[in-house]
Amino acid sequence: MIEFEMPKPIAQQSYVLQTVAENMMRPVSRYFDEHEHEIPWDYINFMHMAMRATGAGSLAPPAEKKKEGEEEERKEKRPPIGYQMLAFMLEMLSWGDVGIYLCTPGGGLGAAAVEAAGTPEQKQKFLARFRDEKPVFAAMAMTEPHCGSDTSAIRTTAVLDKNTNEWVLNGEKIFVTAGQKSLEESNGFVVVWATIDPSAGRAGMRSFVVEAGTPGVKVTKLEHKMGIRASDTASIVLQDARVPFENILGSPEIQPDTSKGFKGAMATFDATRPLVAATGVGVARATLELVKELLAKQGIEIRYGLPRSKLTNIEREIIDMEVMLRSAWLLVIKAVWMADNRKPNPLEASMAKLRAGDVVTKITQRALELMGPIGYSRDYLLEKWFRDAKITDIYEGTGQINRLVVARNILGYSGRELR
Amino acid sequence: MYSFEPSEEQKMLIDAINRYAVNDLRRKAHDADEEYGYPKEVLEKGWELGVLQASIPEAYGGFGEHSVLTGVLAAEEMAYGDFAATLAVLTPGLFALPILACGTEEQKQTYLPPIAEGEWLPYTAACIEPSFDFDLLEMRTTAQQQNGGYLLRGEKIYVPFAADAEQMIVYANLEGKTQGFIVHKDTPGLTVGDRQKTLGINALPIYKVTLQDVFVPAEQRLGGPQGHDPTPIFDSMHLAMAAMAIGVSRAAFEYSRDYAKEREVFGVKVAQKQAIAFMLAEMATEIEAIRLLTWEAAWMVDNHKENASKQAYLAHIGAMDMAMMVTDRAVQILGGHGYIREHPVELWMRNGRGFAMLTGLGMI
Repeated sequence: MIEFEMPKPIAQQSYVLQTVAENMMRPVSRYFDEHEHEIPWDYINFMHMAMRATGAGSLAPPAEKKKEGEEEERKEKRPPIGYQMLAFMLEMLSWGDVGIYLCTPGGGLGAAAVEAAGTPEQKQKFLARFRDEKPVFAAMAMTEPHCGSDTSAIRTTAVLDKNTNEWVLNGEKIFVTAGQKSLEESNGFVVVWATIDPSAGRAGMRSFVVEAGTPGVKVTKLEHKMGIRASDTASIVLQDARVPFENILGSPEIQPDTSKGFKGAMATFDATRPLVAATGVGVARATLELVKELLAKQGIEIRYGLPRSKLTNIEREIIDMEVMLRSAWLLVIKAVWMADNRKPNPLEASMAKLRAGDVVTKITQRALELMGPIGYSRDYLLEKWFRDAKITDIYEGTGQINRLVVARNILGYSGRELR
Repeated sequence: MYSFEPSEEQKMLIDAINRYAVNDLRRKAHDADEEYGYPKEVLEKGWELGVLQASIPEAYGGFGEHSVLTGVLAAEEMAYGDFAATLAVLTPGLFALPILACGTEEQKQTYLPPIAEGEWLPYTAACIEPSFDFDLLEMRTTAQQQNGGYLLRGEKIYVPFAADAEQMIVYANLEGKTQGFIVHKDTPGLTVGDRQKTLGINALPIYKVTLQDVFVPAEQRLGGPQGHDPTPIFDSMHLAMAAMAIGVSRAAFEYSRDYAKEREVFGVKVAQKQAIAFMLAEMATEIEAIRLLTWEAAWMVDNHKENASKQAYLAHIGAMDMAMMVTDRAVQILGGHGYIREHPVELWMRNGRGFAMLTGLGMI
């Protein structure tokens, strides 16, 4: 049965999170935009406390296992909505402030990678820390100075030292979201992508959990960005950084002609791309709502149901934006609904991401034009959201990479057939 | 809960319609377009799928309950075969659905059983008017109170099967509000004009209808003397256009995708060029996005949600742009061949333009 009824737990969560967004994010939005690299600890501590209390938004395994019977009964009753909860959470917090949202403790992409590719022991070892008293961060380090979207070209190496049974990592990573908070501001970790055999290409790609305090790991730079300035974007250098053997995610063996490790990384994207899309949708919704509010103040109400030829330009613009925003959001919901129900969703995940990237940039750009000098002014957050929205079309796979993924899927082409 | 999975019943209906769309409509669409009409058997076969009959409760001769969402799924699938044929097969719905949604008990008892129980018959409705800013909410055709009834004056265009229809619903502006009136064809003052030709829907016979002081007794007003809320009719019209736009766009997308995988350029398939592959990726994304928007709107209408009408309107707005974009690109991907009438993409592009201005020609 096709249904569009928001599940009750999500409605309740949204109600609470909107209060957080309105009271803890919006009032300090401008401050943290203008004070780049300052860390919004009030928000972080609050969220950590709240998430610890409720378990919301956390990928950490439950502290103690429920009785078997209980859990089964619960599962039978309701279809899973974990990813849907997360998508709604991210959308609402990003509606508050996407830069500050990106500082949310709890593991982010790093924890997602461990969750997706780790063994039960690894999950216990690395994810339990998110329930600690102090907030903990984790990050994913994939991009290198010479390669972004082309992740198979990664040069960071991991060599096994058989004497000590440790991996020795060397290389440089850039654009690591929350890299500094993960390594220097908390007892966190960074999941670092490296090759265990440079001659093996994609088959040699693996990821390693590199914990805070590991000798030889250094944050060397924090980027100055167009938007999402509250979020740290770090460069990390690994110089003979040693991690225990068991910190490798996935098999340490190289099987010729398989690119399982690489595919593991790509599979993470099926879960994370719709979530990133959700953050962009939050920014665009904030923008559209404010524009309608400002228009209403000047007595302009949008009329629906009329033919386009009878609408004013402002009405046409707003109506188009509403179509774009809602349809993009529904693609996100479908993609995470598929993830919740264990349906393979690489096509839908990339569709959601590319559509969101397109529409949130368009909406924020056109909103500024509509609002004229007000749109350009720092008296309002519109110009900030214009800057914040742009990253949606870039990180977690640019719009172009996602077009490639969608195209390969609909055409049934491999990476070799459609380059 | 959210769910994007049609019910088993809906899946069976979609399957049945898909076979009809592919085996009957797609094969005959080209000739029907050139020859200005489908053979009656084709329409009857489509009618026997029971899309409308399943929307009408047993009490009025049908065998189901009206669901706009099911209608959306059905309309997409049939329009995947051919747009004009879908409008033709569903034309009796233009008469039956407003009566079902807004009619008095007596109107339902009188008009619905013969439609639901019979063969395909040309019951129709006169909605669209000849002005660039034709507006469902503000029609130029007027209805004026006149002892015991109403006088209708105005000009309607694009009235399907008007030449053969015994009865039609005429929409008119009564004191600023759009109202439907059930009008018999032989009512004095009602003239069916010549068949009209348009950009795309050649296979659907459509006519001009002129109303010169046509008297309609009060009990023939839709909903009786008190009239009716026209909202459910508008919602159904918007969503019918949106759903059919999705069907036509899907057809155009698939055809151009398959063509691009066959066609060689510079030693590779043209689909292996990013210029083409990215166009296709965007087409597929656009179709899926607007489909979800349409599904949600239909679900909202079925469940009487606040803002359902606004959402149905937004889905239609999104769909008209989507259809134009997708069908235009389908022609572009085939290049010169796309412009030749042997390939169906140029017909789909001509259809594609219609979703913006044919509101009122379809209901679900």
